[in-house]
Amino acid sequence: MNNHTRFRLVATLAGALALLPLAAHAARNWLLPSSTNVAGNNAWVTVDAAGSDDLFHFDHNAVALDGLRVYAPDGTAVEAKNQTTSKFRNTFDVQLDKPGTWRITILNDSVNANFRVGSESKRARGTMESVRKEIPADATEVSVSRNDTRMDVFVTSGKPTDTVLKPTGSGLELVAYTHPTDLVAGEKASFGFVFDGKPAAGIAVTVIRGGNRYRDQLGEIKVVTGKDGRFSVTWPEAGMYWLNANYPAREAGEEAGPAPGGRGPGAGQNAGGPGGGPNAGGGRRQQEGGTLDAPARRSSYTATLEVMTP
Amino acid sequence: MQLKYTLLAGAVIGAPASAADLKLSIEIPTLAMAEYHRPYVAVWIESNDQKFVDNLNVWYDVKKRDNAGAKWLKDMRTWWRKTGRDLNLPVDGVSAATRAPGEHQFSFSSSTGALAKLAPGSYQLVVEAAREAGGREVLRVPFTWPVKTAQSAQARGENELGKVTVNLQP
Repeated sequence: MNNHTRFRLVATLAGALALLPLAAHAARNWLLPSSTNVAGNNAWVTVDAAGSDDLFHFDHNAVALDGLRVYAPDGTAVEAKNQTTSKFRNTFDVQLDKPGTWRITILNDSVNANFRVGSESKRARGTMESVRKEIPADATEVSVSRNDTRMDVFVTSGKPTDTVLKPTGSGLELVAYTHPTDLVAGEKASFGFVFDGKPAAGIAVTVIRGGNRYRDQLGEIKVVTGKDGRFSVTWPEAGMYWLNANYPAREAGEEAGPAPGGRGPGAGQNAGGPGGGPNAGGGRRQQEGGTLDAPARRSSYTATLEVMTP
Repeated sequence: MQLKYTLLAGAVIGAPASAADLKLSIEIPTLAMAEYHRPYVAVWIESNDQKFVDNLNVWYDVKKRDNAGAKWLKDMRTWWRKTGRDLNLPVDGVSAATRAPGEHQFSFSSSTGALAKLAPGSYQLVVEAAREAGGREVLRVPFTWPVKTAQSAQARGENELGKVTVNLQP
């Protein structure tokens, strides 16, 4: 490991620890719905929320449901039912009492600030409003970062609809040109990423089919969004897939979590890449250089998508 | 009971051969197992590039209270994606009760329902079967419409369907 690599790793790790408390664990976080397509007029789904290396086996951490939001096909927010917490997973039910596509999201959006008052270093954490109140007018060296993580699943009762697919305009979000509950093995699905509603270019997207516990290789699909923020995935086979991406754009192959590929030949490629130095430095600036009006931003997006047999 | 649903489905068992009827035979195999449920079966017409054209028949558990049998319609995944999810079953003339193992004969008239509206061309008659706690199978049998010369084609399933035969007489 040369100094360059070490610097990058340290920078990445520091950023992850400071800004991505969820991703700093080894685990991948996920939501797992019992179904993504349901029929009939009294449909329910149960959803597990957990973090683990093995998709989608709950064997490591539960994912908190504080940021849970459920949107009916008309876009109205509804209550999740039967929320339970346990050691390795939290679960809840959604009664799909209206036809169409539902969105189930866990959204966490937090602001961290470091600043000095006189000779004293201080920290504040919370919402933008609460952090703003905590920082006195005479504070110096104010450094503010905002970190949001979004996890989505989509469930359709009957015919798929589009209302809940529209991005909200905050953080990193999926744009579904192909309906996310209409995915079939062998077919190509077109998606995109937007950040704060604008196309997000150069975002590395990782797609992993569940069941990696029973495979020797992770078999992840890696794609990078184009200038228009778009990317596509051709599903090799049916199954539940974990889709993850992070903002700001990083080099392909660099995951927020532990990238199994990172220890292979790809690691050297990352370290030696022309963008390595500036990008790593950019990460530090992002981390330390934000202000209350323009906080440094980090955003993580995860979706669980079900691909059916043809 | 069976006759009632058959009539609803627009198909007549043992009807005399009349001009340009589509005769369909579907064999549901006998499967020896502790827990056997009759399969849900969908029969539809699609173009040669597999675009959905029209439904002929959907067999599901129509007797369950509150239409609860509709819950498993999605297990006929190909049909569900092409048309099932757009429907609100039961649909008169399309939905019918499930059937026991054996050979079932149907005759679809060219003067009513899907065939009356069918434009000239080459088509596939598609049969999809999905069984609770069991498997799924899709078979396609080609035919040309309208009927100018006698046609007979068949496909044979391996698991959830036996022989499916389409006979057309001008």
